[in-house]
Amino acid sequence: MGWRLALRPYLLIVPALLLTCGILYPFGLGLYYTLFDFSASKPQPDMVRFENYETVFTQEAFWNSAWVTVLYAVGAAAVETVLGVAVALLLHRSTLVGRVLEKILILPLMIAPVIAAIIWKLMLQPSVGVVNHLLRPFGLGGVQWTDTPTGALLSSIAVDVWVYTPFVAILALAGLRSLPTSPFEAAAVDGAGWWYTFRRLTLPMLWPYVLVAVIFRFMDSLKVFDIIYALTEGGPGDSTVVLQIRAYLEAIRFQRYSFGISYTIVLWAVVYLAAMVLVKHLGKIQRKAAEVK
Amino acid sequence: MTVRKRLLGWLADAALILYFVFALFPIAWMVILSLKPTNELFSTYFSFSPTLDGYRTVLGDSEGIPFVRFFVNSLVVSLGAVALSLVVGLPAAYASARWRFKGSENLMFTLLSFRFAPELTVIIPLFVLYQKLGLFDTYVGMVWVLQLVTLPLIVWIMRSYFADLTPELEQAALLDGYTRKQAFVKVALPLVKPGVAAVSLLAFIFAWNNFVFPLILTSNEAQTVTVGALSFLGGDRPKYNLTAAAALVSVVPPLLLALTIQRYLVRGLSFGAVKS
Repeated sequence: MGWRLALRPYLLIVPALLLTCGILYPFGLGLYYTLFDFSASKPQPDMVRFENYETVFTQEAFWNSAWVTVLYAVGAAAVETVLGVAVALLLHRSTLVGRVLEKILILPLMIAPVIAAIIWKLMLQPSVGVVNHLLRPFGLGGVQWTDTPTGALLSSIAVDVWVYTPFVAILALAGLRSLPTSPFEAAAVDGAGWWYTFRRLTLPMLWPYVLVAVIFRFMDSLKVFDIIYALTEGGPGDSTVVLQIRAYLEAIRFQRYSFGISYTIVLWAVVYLAAMVLVKHLGKIQRKAAEVK
Repeated sequence: MTVRKRLLGWLADAALILYFVFALFPIAWMVILSLKPTNELFSTYFSFSPTLDGYRTVLGDSEGIPFVRFFVNSLVVSLGAVALSLVVGLPAAYASARWRFKGSENLMFTLLSFRFAPELTVIIPLFVLYQKLGLFDTYVGMVWVLQLVTLPLIVWIMRSYFADLTPELEQAALLDGYTRKQAFVKVALPLVKPGVAAVSLLAFIFAWNNFVFPLILTSNEAQTVTVGALSFLGGDRPKYNLTAAAALVSVVPPLLLALTIQRYLVRGLSFGAVKS
């Protein structure tokens, strides 16, 4: 009887463990493939060791993709953080307007990113899109939104911002609502101004919540795929070819499987490193916030 | 002072309304586009004679895009993925919340790493593998790969719900002669029922909204609405009203579900890291 008791927790996780292994297997297979020159035109591949990775790192195309990916991720995460926290602060005032609007805050977040990109693609169409139609009175009716390199990148970041700002906002709002009241009462008694209270009390205590949102957003936008695929397909030229799009083109369109997977493995390593740094930072911030409280 | 305060209050409300115009206008615009007759698509913007023809075309499969079947496919694979994740995920979540042992922690963190892994790392090998195994473009293949999305979510969030539950109730049940299994099914599970419901719906939404898996691992039989909606943009003259109708039809289920689980979203979206 005793050994059965000791085994029980293991028995409970066995199904999940098996399923996890079923997902880890293709991942391991992918790693293995990167050591070969496996493609549709070469179904009997040869071992090439780390040649795929060497090719990746010496390619102009890779560095371009890496740069575009970082620009996208930093841009999207930064704008979403500032905008999301601002929206949360405004909603936290809990006026009648705010209470009504809060109920519909999450709508864009629940729309599939690819559908969001389709919606914006229709709206940003230069000649017949509604955005240029609305800008025409201001003399800005001819903006080529997704047809210039800078415009395409900014447009795709805008779609990301449209979808994900509510994500930051609801986490920040949850944070604001959990703050203790006594430090704020004390500050009010001392006659502290709004800015001082915000800088010295609200922000330090709110940071842990915001940082969780930032970690999620930054790591997700490093591996963006849907939005770019539907909005620009990486164009014009290769101005919005982020790493996952590049991997897709290599592996699925040109059927160079090994080479495409090598791209994703490099991206996976970058995401993993970013996560380590950010989570370490999160621990520090949480301890700081606890001191303020 | 009071005048200044009131002015600032108005300004804040105005700023809020401005953000919500940005957030909601695209959805409203899709409704307008989807109701436009084809001949008025580009001649007018806000004045038109509404028609349901766009929806009839999309739901009548008359463009050669079997959209209704894609919709059913989305339903089947999302439900299948959530069901499988619940069956294997709930016991694992319970075990890792109640007993601390090495294997469970490793499993939990492996699952969490799935949440942040670039999807293509797994999909490209699967693309090759599925063709060999005959799983390409099948429900089974889709349900399997969607575990990457649904399983980490369900296990992590349910673990945080079980951990919040005081173990004393289950211990009392055990003293009353319940078996451990009965204590779990009859005591612990009913107490976290709202959590299970909310996390299932959230997992369903994410499975439904997924695009990259069906894009690469299906071609026709098991294709879903997210890929289907994109096909309306093809051709040299994209049919705006049909694209808008298809987009709207495909966002209805997630939007309706999302509004019912508002209270649980903070914990759900942050994987239990933030509790409201």
